[in-house]
Amino acid sequence: MTKIHFERLCKSFEGGLQVLNGVQLGIEKGESHIILGQSGCGKSVLLKCLLGIQKITSGDIIVDGISVQDERRFGEYLRKFSILFQGNALFDSMTILENVIFGANQVRRDKFECRKLAEEKLFAVGLEKRVFDLYPAEISGGMQKRAALARAIAVEPEILLFDEPTSGLDPITGGVICNLLKNTIKSLGVTALTITHDLKVAEFLADRVSVLNQGTVVWTGRTKDMETCGNGYVIRFHQASSLSGTVA
Amino acid sequence: MQALATLGRYTLATLNEIGKVFIFSVQGLKNCFVPPFYFREIISQLVIVGFYSLPIVGLTAVFTGMVLALQTSVGFSRFNAAGAVASVVVISITRELGPVMAGLMVAGRGSSSIAAEIGSMRVSEQIDALRTLRVDPFKYLVVPRILAGVTMVPLLVLVADVIGVMGGFLVSTTLLDFSVGSYISQTVQNLAAIDVISGLVKAAVFGFSLTTFGCYHGFCCDLGARGVGNATTRAVVSSCIGILVLNYLLTALFFGI
Ligand SMILES: Nc1ncnc2c1ncn2[C@@H]1O[C@H](COP(=O)(O)OP(=O)(O)OP(=O)(O)O)[C@@H](O)[C@H]1O
Ligand SMILES: [Mg+2]
Repeated sequence: MTKIHFERLCKSFEGGLQVLNGVQLGIEKGESHIILGQSGCGKSVLLKCLLGIQKITSGDIIVDGISVQDERRFGEYLRKFSILFQGNALFDSMTILENVIFGANQVRRDKFECRKLAEEKLFAVGLEKRVFDLYPAEISGGMQKRAALARAIAVEPEILLFDEPTSGLDPITGGVICNLLKNTIKSLGVTALTITHDLKVAEFLADRVSVLNQGTVVWTGRTKDMETCGNGYVIRFHQASSLSGTVA
Repeated sequence: MQALATLGRYTLATLNEIGKVFIFSVQGLKNCFVPPFYFREIISQLVIVGFYSLPIVGLTAVFTGMVLALQTSVGFSRFNAAGAVASVVVISITRELGPVMAGLMVAGRGSSSIAAEIGSMRVSEQIDALRTLRVDPFKYLVVPRILAGVTMVPLLVLVADVIGVMGGFLVSTTLLDFSVGSYISQTVQNLAAIDVISGLVKAAVFGFSLTTFGCYHGFCCDLGARGVGNATTRAVVSSCIGILVLNYLLTALFFGI
């Protein structure tokens, strides 16, 4: 069953810059899908369109039969998602625990229940009690990533979005976070869409990958078929990634 | 020809900006009456905009009152009218100097920090995060700040009025030879309700405009640290100009042209 459907999605900005140019893609329910692409090819823009943060120019995005452009059902639409931002986007005027409680507030009304849910999620991502009352600026990048993940899963979403989950982290921490993401996706049974330029992350997390180039999806398939897919750009991307061999 | 085109472009851009600010402020005002309300945010903004501005507003007011007493007594004594000092101090403080000085101080302090805070939240995707958590950034960020401006700036002005008049009183009775009793009775005689009330209404309008400018520039901030810096500068400049222009319009409205 298709959970997320991109139908000839186009997005251009004022000044004529056409970033997305007919993205056609279906993401199955329960799969972990990766979108691979070079820096600046419009991956973050794609996510922002999916979340309705940026208005799409033409085409459509359908999630469980609801269009992103259907304003009457937008609340219901947005309720399905949760995102881990590229820069974490933790609220820096709140402590780590308050950040997660803010997310938990979306699904629980009772104050005590919210706090319990938030603490549960913080423990689940491997944070210790001593960081709960610290502010985001006071903890390391890896811990911030974990805290942001805790906030993302505290809203009990059906679809988890990850924007460059390992960017800015050292290879070891990046690996740990990847593991955490994989376990989270599996234990929650959610549909996951991850955006990255890093093939290692893709190989580790993906059921299927899509490669984005010049505003369209040029290939979709399993990571191990990338080398033999016959598409020049995909093969080049694969070879270049194997050469550099970095994780973060 | 070239110059004319540049002038035209500049005018159009300015008008466009004014239109955007106007739409933003109408939206802000409308949202002040539509739930949900984030009471915790409202209270913390009341404290930030109101309470923390007290020292700077008080300081400005006391020195303004003091200088006013000095200057007017020098001028008036040339015409043997030194007795009018008390009335000049109380009238000009309550009508003009209290609201304008306090407004400008809060503009410098408050609208810059509002623009910087919202701007950096935008840059670091925190505003997008609010949206995805289904919290309207307008209601969560803009409404509490506007409410704080509209309610706290009048209170600050009330304090500034009292402290400013006190400043004039102190200088007049210690440095200049006014008797305490006659100064006080002159002050009370010239203290008119309309002056104080017009000052407070002005203050509420200033509070609305300076917080709106702060929020607007924060929301429209270009990405990056430089964007936040520019937004902060623009917020202070536009809210100060806004206060001076609005002050003229309101004075004309209250006291006839
Ligand atoms: N608000 C905007 N206005 C104008 N252009 C934009 C805007 N946001 C993004 N772009 C442009 O869209 C293009 C794609 O940007 P995007 O942030 O999606 O890249 P990305 O694939 O996420 O790159 P990275 O891997 O570096 O994060 C860029 O050329 C960028 O300049
Ligand atoms: Mg990006």
